[in-house]
Order: sequence, then structure tokens, then C-alpha cells
Amino acid sequence: MSSTREEKAARIRHFLATEGDAVAEGTRGFNAGRYESVQNLDEYEELKDRARAIKEDAIERLPELVEQLRESVEANGGHLYVADDADDANRYIRDVAENREAETLVKSKSMTTEELEVNDELQGAGIDVVETDLGEWVLQLADEAPSHIVAPAIHKSREGIAELFEATFNPEESLETAEELTMFAREKLGERIAEADVGMTGANFIAADSGTLMLVTSEGNARKSVVVPDTHVAVAGVEKIVPSVTDFQPFAELIGRSGTGQDITSYISLFTPPTDSPTVDFEMPDTPMADGEVDREFHLVLVDNGRMAMREDEQLKETLYCIRCSACANSCGNFQSVGGHVFGGETYSGGIATGWEAGIEGLDTAAEFNDLCTGCSRCVNACPVKIDIPWINTVVRDRINRGESGKLDFLVEGLTPDAEPGGLDLGKRFFGNFSTIAKLGSATAPVSNWVAGTRPARRLLAKTVGIDPRRELPQFRRQTFRAWFEARGGSKVPAARARREAVVYPDLYTNHVHVERGKAAVNTLEALGVHVVVPDAPSSGRAPLSQGMVSTAERHAHDVYAALAEHIDADRDVVVVEPSDLAMFRREYEKFLAPKSFERLDMHSYEVMEYVYGLLYAGAESTLLTGADTPGYDESDTGVAYHSHCQQRTLGLESYTVAVLEDLGYDVVTSETECCGMAGSFGYKSEYYELSMDVGEPIREQFEAGDVAERTVVASGTSCLEQLDALLSRPTQHPVELVALR
Amino acid sequence: MSAGTLSTFEQSLRRLDVDSTRTTPEAFEETLASVTLDPVVGAPLPFDGSSLPDWIRTRPTPRELREAKTGVTAAELAVADYGSVVIRATPDATEQVSLFPDVHVAVVRAEDVVAGMPEAFERLAEWTAAGDSAVVATGPSATADMGALVKGAHGPKAVHVVVLE
Repeated sequence: MSSTREEKAARIRHFLATEGDAVAEGTRGFNAGRYESVQNLDEYEELKDRARAIKEDAIERLPELVEQLRESVEANGGHLYVADDADDANRYIRDVAENREAETLVKSKSMTTEELEVNDELQGAGIDVVETDLGEWVLQLADEAPSHIVAPAIHKSREGIAELFEATFNPEESLETAEELTMFAREKLGERIAEADVGMTGANFIAADSGTLMLVTSEGNARKSVVVPDTHVAVAGVEKIVPSVTDFQPFAELIGRSGTGQDITSYISLFTPPTDSPTVDFEMPDTPMADGEVDREFHLVLVDNGRMAMREDEQLKETLYCIRCSACANSCGNFQSVGGHVFGGETYSGGIATGWEAGIEGLDTAAEFNDLCTGCSRCVNACPVKIDIPWINTVVRDRINRGESGKLDFLVEGLTPDAEPGGLDLGKRFFGNFSTIAKLGSATAPVSNWVAGTRPARRLLAKTVGIDPRRELPQFRRQTFRAWFEARGGSKVPAARARREAVVYPDLYTNHVHVERGKAAVNTLEALGVHVVVPDAPSSGRAPLSQGMVSTAERHAHDVYAALAEHIDADRDVVVVEPSDLAMFRREYEKFLAPKSFERLDMHSYEVMEYVYGLLYAGAESTLLTGADTPGYDESDTGVAYHSHCQQRTLGLESYTVAVLEDLGYDVVTSETECCGMAGSFGYKSEYYELSMDVGEPIREQFEAGDVAERTVVASGTSCLEQLDALLSRPTQHPVELVALR
Repeated sequence: MSAGTLSTFEQSLRRLDVDSTRTTPEAFEETLASVTLDPVVGAPLPFDGSSLPDWIRTRPTPRELREAKTGVTAAELAVADYGSVVIRATPDATEQVSLFPDVHVAVVRAEDVVAGMPEAFERLAEWTAAGDSAVVATGPSATADMGALVKGAHGPKAVHVVVLE
């Protein structure tokens, strides 16, 4: 392993060991809560569409909304300041605090103030800054950074917090339970809020029409921080503005569900500052609050800090729709294992952090963790504003590959078959050009497998491209899927007598490595009366795309479409075995192909079990397949443990496989894990091997538990099969192999 | 508001482990006595024909606020789907009374319960347009930051809703 890879692996190992368990428990709990909560919301999809439309419109009209908001805030008696950058914002906030002669400033949770590092600025001016969100307070005492954008101390265990409180306060009675810790913190912080001169909050949304801030909280500390002192400073990214208070509604219904899995958080505050509530002066304890003179001061600091430039960047712009709910972190296998101290930048963490950090801090910061997004797409449906988070990660990866200088190394450039610049990491280039390697591998198999498997070769692979020696390498097959199909004389079902005609797309892995599942797909379709064609079509571009090689992937998209268009015109359906390739056709190709071309391929392509489901639904006889009822089939062997593929689930296609298997009499248990952790090339890389295995661990636990341990394991994706082979001691196969006639 | 909306509201409250009591103007005082713990502070109700009994201290001082076990306020709006009560900030310290004591008793008129958030935000937009602030409060304050869910973080540990018919 190279030294940077070694360092990265060591860092990940450290956080897996120290913070992984707490983060996993918290995020998986939030994620499960999200599924349950959105399932009970009939209008979930409509609300997401509305939320998205509101954000698109607001970002489009942002300069105009800023001016409208300024008028509203000033009409209410407050002040609005647009800060160009962090220094500018910090200077303004410090001036406000100093003008109020503030000694103590209490804060409620705000990621934007973390971005500014305003605490340092204020403390430098001699102001005592107190975080009042319990999680943030714990981190302030421990001098640590948030590891999650909603639950900042998610990496801390209850025991760890108890130790911290013991060490810091040496309380009279020892603190143990969460209840005791919470009550202790409430009391300590209550004293600090009582003496506060200034309250600082963030804002989740701001209405331009009335100057109202919407704050989404649960503890009540933001309410206290606003109502007790006479001065309120709210700090928010400029992208938080929406046109009106009625626009808050879809977000109020979505944000808690998407984040922590609560239908709604305890408090949704709508502050239209300065508020009518009297201040609470604990130094005049016997004067009724309502008798006090209300002389409140309000400042809204809108932070640009790169956001207006992101608005002009066609690819990063979508990041500004983010409502910071944390769904993309909680639904992410890698994040669940390591948390935001690994999968995060200066301030933000999780899938969308790549967009934020690239826009605010720059590509160097984004580059430190961007690899952690494997493009599994499990965050895509979870995002309440429908941001294509994997795409943002891919685009930023591409920019990182190209380097900010944009200089090209023409020598390397000429030697590799991709369309990428010379600065590209050798490992990325290796995995991105896997189609070339696979072709070569098949052509020279089995020698290529023997050579690749030898120790000197493994050492070389580890050293040059970073393949972990603990991984089994894919075994290239001498006879490719296409060669097999031609050798058998094409389809056994003549077109004239066929129910349908279909192309079985010879994806890279089916064609060169998992040839058996291609054969099973052909046999299954033919058994159901389909005339099959296996054309010479190029690989989908998934491999280069996953390495951030966008222009190479785009070239593949055009070539694949060219190879398949005429088949579609001939009324042939396109059947895809590898889910990650189908996901290219149905999702990413939208970025590459002309709209009509994308739509045509999207409309006519099917995942293989989805297609089988359709054939059975249309009347094909299921008795023509191998089911649990098939004579001679061992009845004790009808149990199946099925792991769908991450991208297949995102496309909503898991259910077809389950339905077909159940229709054939199998008893199916499905995995509860978002992603197996292999994610294409990710788990092969030595710096990520241990993380990848940790992400897969819950599947191993589930599939080796009591009543599942004896079940036949099936999985849809190539990398899932490789990962399951590494995790389990029993054999694995694609579901189509199970149902194909034997 | 239909009878269905009110029963949906009560079901949502049960889901949140929030107790609720239906009462009438005649039985109102008795109901309040049964759901409050002394000392009690309150904010005057903005409802015609109903007001808080004399034994509830309105216009509290900071000391009384700090020492109170129960705070009684109006909730001028409630959301059936979520079991939320909406408390408007007033110069009478309604926000504080609903926030500082361990128990918050929210008085809701049956006719102020709306079905869902779209209806609630229509109303809230009118309030905020007039410069008002409000909080949509759903259950007690809570935190999971100390390693497990705890009810009662900085705000009330329990909420009791009194529905005035």
C-alpha cells in the first residue's frame, strides 16, 4: 500500500473503532424512522415535488428575494446584513455583540455559524459563547467538531458524555442515565441562558414576504435563546430564503421525517422578529415580565461565502436546494460506518457535503472525502428536495481529477483509452477503464487469472492501482457471454413464433466474469417464449463514471445508444442483468443523451427480473421456470435470502424479483441493508477495504442469523455477489440463475 | 371543524403520549384544577367568554416563572394530523409560560382544530403578515443527544391539552 493509502486506511480504521458503533446506531435508527414516517404520509411524493419547485424558484429569483426580505425585516424594525464571506459575517456579528456590551452570548444549533467559526471570533473579543443545544454543548466542552449536521454529537456514547461531565464539573451525584445527563445539562444551561445578553440562532427557512424565520428544533433552547435576552442575531445562508410563509408548509412536513424520522419535531418556531414576547430579566426577579419595556433588537445576517457563485454553477447550483435534513447521511452505508469525521469536510458531512464544501471551501477540501460517495444512490429517493447527490459527487470528482490548474499530461493521455486528463489517479484510471481490462482478461483467460492471482502480480496491483490483497479478483472467462450465445447458434426461439423479442444487454461483468447469469437470463426468457438477441454493444460507462471520468462515461452513453437504437426501433425490449448498468440507462444517461434518446432507452429497458415479472403478468406460464413446486425440487430448499442492489432499489425494482420468486413458491427474506459496501470498485481499494467490509457486516449478521442461515443466497448486482462471497461461506447466485430451467 | 377532525386530533395526541381532556366552559375551572400542579402560572386567554380562574397567576415575574410547575396558555390553533398546538407569542409572556415550567397545559377551542398543515399554514401566514410570532408545538420538548430519547430537554417534560367545546 502506498503511504497515502496507508494513512487513509489507518484514519478510517481509527474512526471505525472509536466512533463507528455510536454513529451506526444513531444513523440507522434515524434511517429506519424515516422509512416508517414517510410511509404514513400519503402526500409524500407531492410534498417533495412542491418542496423542490419552491427551492428551484427561490434560488432562481434569489437576488430579488433578498431585496424583498430586506424591506420586510426593516419594516418590522430589524436589520438585515448580507455578508460576503465568513470574515465579513464575523465582523458584523462581533460589532453587534460589542455594541450591546454583551458578556454572554447563547447560541442554538446552527451549522452556518460552524462554517463561519464565529465562536472563535467572539471569544477573541472576550465574549463568553455558550452552545445551548445539548449535543453542541457536549462538543464545546469536549472541544470536538460535529460529526453529523443534525445530531452533532452522534459519535459520542452516553458513557463518553458521562465521563466528560464528571471530568468537567465533578458533580456531587454521579451522572449515569440519559435522563440524569439531560437534566444536569438543562440546569447548567438554564443558568447561562438566564444571564445571556445576546441570543444567536440559525434559520431553517426565511420568508421574504414577512421576514419570518422558521426554526426546526426539539429541545426548546432556541426558543429560550430568542425570548430571554433583548438582542437576537440570526445567521443563515442566503439560500434559506423562500417567497412566503405558506411555502414553509411542505418543509415543515418533510424535514423531521427525512432527518431523524420523526413526523415532526417538537417545535417549529415561526419568529417574526422583533417578537412581541417580553424579555426575561432574571436580575429583576419580582417585576412582572409583561411590565418591562420591550426594547428588542434583531439582526439577520445572510451569509454568501461562495453561495452566489454556486448559483451560477450549473452543476453545484442544486446543492443550494439542500435543507440540511441529514437524510443523505443517514441513508448512506459508508456514513453509517464512519460518520462525519471521515465522511465530511470543514463543516458539512454526508453525501451533499461534497457540494457544500466544494462551493464554500474549494475542491481541495471536497477531495479529502469525496471518494466516500460510492454512487450507490440510496440517498436519491431519501432527499426531500430531490437533489441528485451522486451526480454532484461525480461532477466534483471529475473536477478533482482534472485538477484546478487544468494542465494535461500528454504522454499518459496518449496511452489510455479514456477521454480524461493526465492528472488522474492511476487507481481511478484502472477501474475507470475496466472494460479494456476485462476484454484483455477474457482474451487471455485462464492465464490472465493465474497471472493476476500470483503474489508478485498482487503486489504490483496493490502498489500501482491500490487493489487490496485481501480481495479475491474477478475471474475472467475465456468464453464470453456473447461468444457462448453465438456458438449455440443464436436464439432457440425463432422470431416468427416469439411472444416478444428482446435484447439481453451484454454488460461488462455478465459478458466477461459472471457469464452464467447471462446464460440463465437467455434460457429464462426463451423458456417464456422470447426471441433473444445479444448484440455487440459497448459497456455502459458505469465504471468510468464511478471514478469521476464524466467525459469517458458520456462517450460510452452515445456508443451504447447507437448500438441499441435500431433494436428498439425493431420493437425489441432491452433487458439488463446488471442493475448498475440499468441505472445508467434510466438515470445518468439523462445527463448525456438527447432528451428523446434518453426517454426511448429508458422506456424500453428492463431489469431482467422485472421483465420476467412482466412476461408472467402478461400470461406466460410460470411452470416453465424452476420454482419451489417444480417436480424434483428439494422442498427443504425453498428458502431464499435476497440482497437487492442499491441502485436497483432506488429505481424501485427490488419488488419484482421478490414477486417472481414468491410466485414460483420460494419463501423470500430480503436484506435490510442499504448497500452491501462493495459498490463497484470501492471495496477493492486498499484504503477502503476495511470500511467496505464493515458496511457489509449487517448483511452478514442478518444472513447468518437463525432462520436465514440455511437459505439460498441470491443477489442482483455483480459487486454485491463479490461482497457476499467475501462475507458468507455459502455460495451465491443471481436470482435469474435460481429460476432458469436447469 | 368536523367531529372527525377533533377525534383525529385526539388520536394524534395519544400517539404522542400527550393527555387530553374535553371540557365545557362550565367545567373548565375544575378541569384545569385536575391537570395542573402548583405553583401554576398562566397567560390570559384571548377567548371570548372563557378566562383563566383567579388561582392561576397571570402576569408572572421571572421568579414565578422559574418556580412554576405548570404553565397554562391558549393555543389559538391546533393541527389534527400531527397533534400539534400552535401558540402565539404575546406581550403577556405566552411563549415563556408555555416553555419554562415542567408541564404545559394548552387550552384549545374545538373550533380551532384544523385538519392538516396546509390549513394551519394558511392561518399562520395571516398571523405572521401582521408581525406575529408563533410556535407549532408537538408533544413535550425532547432530546436524544445524551444517548437515549429523553422527554423534557430545555422545555416542558409533559404537555396536557384541554379542548374547550
